[in-house]
Amino acid sequence: MNSADATDAVMVIEPSRGWGVARLRELWVYRELLYFLVWRDVKVRYKQTLLGAAWAILQPLATAAVFTLFFGRLAGIDGDGLPYPLFAYAGLLAWTLFAQGLTQGASSLVGSANLITKVYFPRMVVPVSAVLGGLVDFAVALPVLLIMMAHYRRWPGAGLALFPLFIVMAVVASTGVATWLAALNVRYRDVRYVVPFLVQIWLFVTPVIYPASKLAPLLAQWGLPGWLPGLNPMAGVVEGFRWSLFGSGGQPLPLIAASACTAVGFLVSGVLYFQHVERSFADVV
Amino acid sequence: MTEIAVRAEGLSKLYRIGELHRRTTLRESIVAAARGAFRPSVRRPAEIVWALKDVSFEVGRGEVVGIIGRNGAGKSTLLKVLARITEPTSGRAEVRGRVGSLLEVGTGFHSELTGRENIFLSGAILGMRRAEIVHRFDEIVAFAEVERFIDTPVKHYSTGMYLRLAFAVAAHLEPEILLVDEVLAVGDAAFQKKCLGKMGDVSRQGRTVLFVSHNLAAVKYLCPSTLWLEGGGVHLHGTSEAVVREYLESTDAGGRALWRAEASVNDDRRASLLRVAVTDECGRVAETIGSDMPFYVEIDYRLADRVEGVRVGYRLQTPDGLVVLTSADTDPDGWGTDRGPGVLRSRCVFPGKLLNGGRYLLTVGCDVPMREILFFHEAVVAFTVQVSGSAGGAVPDGRLGLLRPTLDWSVRTLAETGRELPAEAGGSGSDDAGRR
Repeated sequence: MNSADATDAVMVIEPSRGWGVARLRELWVYRELLYFLVWRDVKVRYKQTLLGAAWAILQPLATAAVFTLFFGRLAGIDGDGLPYPLFAYAGLLAWTLFAQGLTQGASSLVGSANLITKVYFPRMVVPVSAVLGGLVDFAVALPVLLIMMAHYRRWPGAGLALFPLFIVMAVVASTGVATWLAALNVRYRDVRYVVPFLVQIWLFVTPVIYPASKLAPLLAQWGLPGWLPGLNPMAGVVEGFRWSLFGSGGQPLPLIAASACTAVGFLVSGVLYFQHVERSFADVV
Repeated sequence: MTEIAVRAEGLSKLYRIGELHRRTTLRESIVAAARGAFRPSVRRPAEIVWALKDVSFEVGRGEVVGIIGRNGAGKSTLLKVLARITEPTSGRAEVRGRVGSLLEVGTGFHSELTGRENIFLSGAILGMRRAEIVHRFDEIVAFAEVERFIDTPVKHYSTGMYLRLAFAVAAHLEPEILLVDEVLAVGDAAFQKKCLGKMGDVSRQGRTVLFVSHNLAAVKYLCPSTLWLEGGGVHLHGTSEAVVREYLESTDAGGRALWRAEASVNDDRRASLLRVAVTDECGRVAETIGSDMPFYVEIDYRLADRVEGVRVGYRLQTPDGLVVLTSADTDPDGWGTDRGPGVLRSRCVFPGKLLNGGRYLLTVGCDVPMREILFFHEAVVAFTVQVSGSAGGAVPDGRLGLLRPTLDWSVRTLAETGRELPAEAGGSGSDDAGRR
């Protein structure tokens, strides 16, 4: 109903069959609603908090400090030749964007039950807006990275041109996983308990704390291809972040390519599953 | 020839009981799947409910159609299917034009956001475009009368202000087809007119409205035709006059002064009606009441949880749908109070020497005013008032009117027959006229 141009169109309501993809176009028709939901999430998130949007910086910054102390200093993990705080913060920026989108997205549909049972719009708007809300936090936390880069005198090269691509990749991966979890959460409230656990485990299998290059000898020893960690979409994103900004990590391209594929795979399968079960949301939520 | 705005053909919607209320967990699903592997799945008929069954009808462009029926007749489900909130199980419907649905007050409102922000948010959620909202913003604020507080978070609003603002946004929605559930239409006559009204407002000409309501008088007043749903199917579709009359006759048939809920029905609801009785002074159920005696209305209900701002009340009406009065247990204030959980009784004394003789029905409901209807039972009990000792009680002349109160009268002689009218008596007479 957002499209005035569709005024005289006949809308047919009938049981949907199969795995329709046509409804994706509707997402574009409802782009204003998407905008308003992102705007609402961002507005509400830091209302009545003492520090407000500073939380978007504090979280990755404090985590980077803790990582630097325990993993950088005590455990002696090196950051691919980068100063460890810079290494960790860059990784955490990408990770936070992904993890926050995943967490918010997973609970988004159930949290919007009152809307879903009262008014029509493509349900996909809900998890997508939750993920996109994370971009605002990301934008707030990004300047701190620039300050750190200035401090450590690390300047990006030509790879910087690809940096936006990795942001998109993080959003794609996050949206993919979030749509899966959001849709599953409507039916199975177990998801609520799975998410914190999943985020924690996922952080450790992603090269945030350690560089992917550390894995190379291990993989070679077992005769496995070097791109294998890329099956985790976030491995490619985190490595790609550092690679595009600092040229670190050697030749991560096969790994990044593998991650791009799995990220898109998550998104496509997530969207398909979501649309398949979408019809029953209002009855079940 | 009228153009068709909504056409439904054999619309059906099936609910599995479990889907309606129980939350599923993965474990239950796995267990069920494992069981299913060893046992052919036989679905007992008790597990499914046809909320809609083979519903077919047509609504022409610009028609305003009322939808009536008892609880669980499928009214809300029909609106939800037409609004695309839920999918039909079978059948199809064609809808021509932009559809707007108002199933609740304040859809999408966020308590932390200001009035201004909520107008945009709620407007967008209800389907207005940004440009439309900007265009109508001042109108919405003026209609809601909240100019001074427009930049205050709505959590600081009074209930009245909150509802006015929510109404205002909804009233400025201008879809070609509007689906309205009763919640929105309770109370505020100005809003009803603005939202539903085609009367006199040229810009609203041609809007098609489907209006679910328990208020039969409103349906008769606002909607030329009415659709009566019964057990998920269309029972009757015709002029409101005729459909409402039939409906009331059917609900009155076998009407008694005592009603009890069937055991264990709807036990998982937040609120359920258990018993309604019309009794005499001694608490005995009274099918017939003398018109000079007070009588009592007892409403027993169960609240599963504590409910905030709730009230219980009844509508006293005649068998042809005329509402004599509406009363609530929170009168004169009228807003609700916090109650429950538990089984409660609201009891009302109805004074004697007020009603005229005749047959009366009570429609009993429980709601959070202007927000939510918790239960609503149309014409749940019926009783007869027999003229006894009230005004004109000694003369069997059948006084007209619903009420038969004894009013204060005075009689004096102004002029005796055969005499001239005294000058000062005529003067006082014109004084009277002047005062009137």
